[in-house]
Parts: sequence; C-alpha cells; structure tokens
Amino acid sequence: MTDSTPAVPIPGRWQTAVVVEVHPETPSAKTFRLRLPDRSPHLAGQHYVVRLTAPDGYTAARSYSVASAPDGSAEIEITVERLPDGEVSSFLHDEVVVGDTIEVRGPIGGWFVWRGDSPAVLVAGGSGVVPLMAMLRLARRAGRADLLRLVVSVRRPVDLYYSQELVGPETTIVYSRESPPAFLRPPGHMVEQDLPSPMPVGATGYVCGSSGFADVAASLLIGAGLSASMIRVERFGPTR
Amino acid sequence: MNVTRGFRRRSRQARDSRLPPGQYDVGDSWPVLTAEATPRLDLTSWRFTVEGLVDRPTSWTWDEMQALPASTYDGDIHCVTTWSKLGVTFSGVSVDTLLAVARPLSSASHVVATSATGYTTNLPLSDVTKGHAWVVWEYGGRPLPVEHGGPARLLVPHLYFWKSAKWVSGLRVLDHDEPGFWEANGYHNRGDPWLEERYQGD
Repeated sequence: MTDSTPAVPIPGRWQTAVVVEVHPETPSAKTFRLRLPDRSPHLAGQHYVVRLTAPDGYTAARSYSVASAPDGSAEIEITVERLPDGEVSSFLHDEVVVGDTIEVRGPIGGWFVWRGDSPAVLVAGGSGVVPLMAMLRLARRAGRADLLRLVVSVRRPVDLYYSQELVGPETTIVYSRESPPAFLRPPGHMVEQDLPSPMPVGATGYVCGSSGFADVAASLLIGAGLSASMIRVERFGPTR
Repeated sequence: MNVTRGFRRRSRQARDSRLPPGQYDVGDSWPVLTAEATPRLDLTSWRFTVEGLVDRPTSWTWDEMQALPASTYDGDIHCVTTWSKLGVTFSGVSVDTLLAVARPLSSASHVVATSATGYTTNLPLSDVTKGHAWVVWEYGGRPLPVEHGGPARLLVPHLYFWKSAKWVSGLRVLDHDEPGFWEANGYHNRGDPWLEERYQGD
C-alpha cells in the first residue's frame, strides 16, 4: 500500500437516502439511484446495506453492491435482483418509487475493491456484474479501460444487466442457455477459452456470482494461469 | 425510528428470541460467503498448529486431532450479512483442549486464527477459551463440506461468523491484538451479534 492509496472508508451511521430515479435493468432487476444526505465516497466494488423498518419496529436489512463509479457526488446507484420470496428485494421492486426515502449505511468492504490503478480480470455471473460494473465505469471514466478485462456470464440475452453500456473492447459476454441471433459463440457454460489469453501480467482476479458460479470461475482463472492468491471472490446465495 | 413507507412485517409470528437484532432466520439453507478461492486440502498433509506465546508449540495431524476428546456445539450461528442459522450442530474439539496442551504463557492475551488460504481473524483469548470455541469437522453428524470450511474450521458461535475461520490451520498466541483480514477491512474488531458490532465504529 502506498501513501496515495485511499484508506478503506469506514461505513458511517445510518442515513436516510432519497430515491431519485428507478429504472428496470432486466425483467427481474431494477436500478435505484439514491441521493445521500452526506457525500460518502466509495471504492468500486463496495456495498451498502439497505434497511427497511415497519411501523411496529421490525426491520429487515440486506446488502447491495454499488453499481455506479465513484464520481464525487452524493448519489449512488444500486441494482437489485428480485429474488423469489425476497423480503427486501421484492419490497424495493414492488413498492419503492421516486421520492421515497430508505435507510442506508455504507460504503462497506475493503477487500473486494479495485482502486483503478492496476490490471484486473473481472468475471461475473448474472447479477454478480453489479460491483464489477462500478469498476468498469471507474476505468472508463479515468480513461484506463485498458487495465480491465470483463467476462460476464448470463443465461439469456434478456438477463444481461447494463446491456447497452457494457459492450466494448474490454468486455466478453458468455450466454449459457440462449445466445442472441448471429452471435458466434454457441450457448454453453463459461470455459477457459472465454477468459483473456494470455492473462494480463500482474492482474488481480475479481469473481462475483452465485457460490457455484464463483467456484467454477475461480478454478477457470487458476487454470488460465492466475495464482489463487491473486483472486478475490464475492459470493451470494445458499449452497444447493 | 424511521419507518419505511409501505413496509410491513410479513409474518404475524413472534420474532424468534434466538435471533439477535437485525438478523433473519435463513431456515434450511446455508449461504456461502468466502473472499477467496475454495481450497482443496489433503488430509494426509493437514496440520493444526498452536504457536506463539505458548509453553509448548504444538502441531496436530488429522488423525491426532480426531483422537482428542470430542466436543459438540448445539446452537445458533450468526453472519454479519444478517442471516442466522438456528439449531445447528457442529462436532470437533474444544479449543480449551488444544490450549491445555500448548499452554499459553501468562502474558498471552489474544490469538490470531490462520487459514490455509492466508485468511486471518483476531480474537481475545477470553473469546476462545472456557467453552467458547471449537475446531470442528462435522456438521449435523456429517463431514464439514469444503465450501463451509472443511475439512475443519474454527467455530466461535457467540461472535459473527467471520470469526469462525474456514479451512483453519492454526492459532498464533500473542500478547497484543492484531487485526485480521476483515477487521483490517472495515469490520468490527470483536463482532458480538447481540451488540450489533458489525463495522468499525459500532
């Protein structure tokens, strides 16, 4: 760590954010733009906790990765996948509209972060693309997209988050079940050939997805030449 | 209290008194949260080591660990990401048994648990002694699955679960505190779920 490296931001207290924009990302995912009362600079890859409170004092809280790049503003974007029976995600999807307030706390996490100054290979499964999108946006904003390679695996074209913005020379999309018309790669699970070759020298690997996906992706990265100690993983969901 | 417009408790059932504040019952599932690639460890070369400020630095092989007096935890576990898993059973050996062999010096005050992956987490000695902590290799009577830390993990169930290091390889006994992996990355130094000690500053 050098003197110029920002320290890990300490998550502040709970603050009340105003929802300033809501838009669908896919049929099952929505992006919420939140305005925070206090500007809280985050690192690409960090998350916030969202807390809902019922009139009887009951609360439910879940963590959501920030999708937006650190931009010095007091606004952040989170993208929320609607989980079957998800207490918080279904409330956010079904009830929350522009102008509502929700309690948030963050930014949180000092490990699964990319500071924008070193080569990195990002591998996402489905909604795992969210924190990696913050990294891609940061790289592009800084004119350093050359530092990143992003591989995103989704089942079908309709499941791809940020589909317009994502595509670019640094991005590879893998469709496991159904690919778009005229897409050359036949649908199928991600394999080593989908990863950058050769691996960028000195690259850190960032893997985000379901637990099963994360294990597969980490193994593929190791097979492609990345050392296990250079791989950072963020998982979600239960074991099957 | 800052009520969220339109949000209601789903179930009319009383909240389970075993759930610390801000936690929900994950039921039968068991989320996997790990910051690194899942390692595959070979039992023939597996070791658990207690070193640092101890009378007798000691290393146990897998078979030697299995031969120690067995100890079981029946109770609940709580993850800082807000899930709790109630009524679980882990078996292995009490950390007291291991420390009774290695004998911490009178100056010892803390331990750092280490993992085969390089993961670390710090604990006051008082949080891993007097029946508070185990090294476990069975979950619900079956071998602990690798994604949950098998072959063996630390179990410190009265603290948030990041303290229960997966793929644990040893304890380093110290006369001072030394922040571990998550503790150096914004999480609370101790992590008591009943006090909601989730992040630095809580």
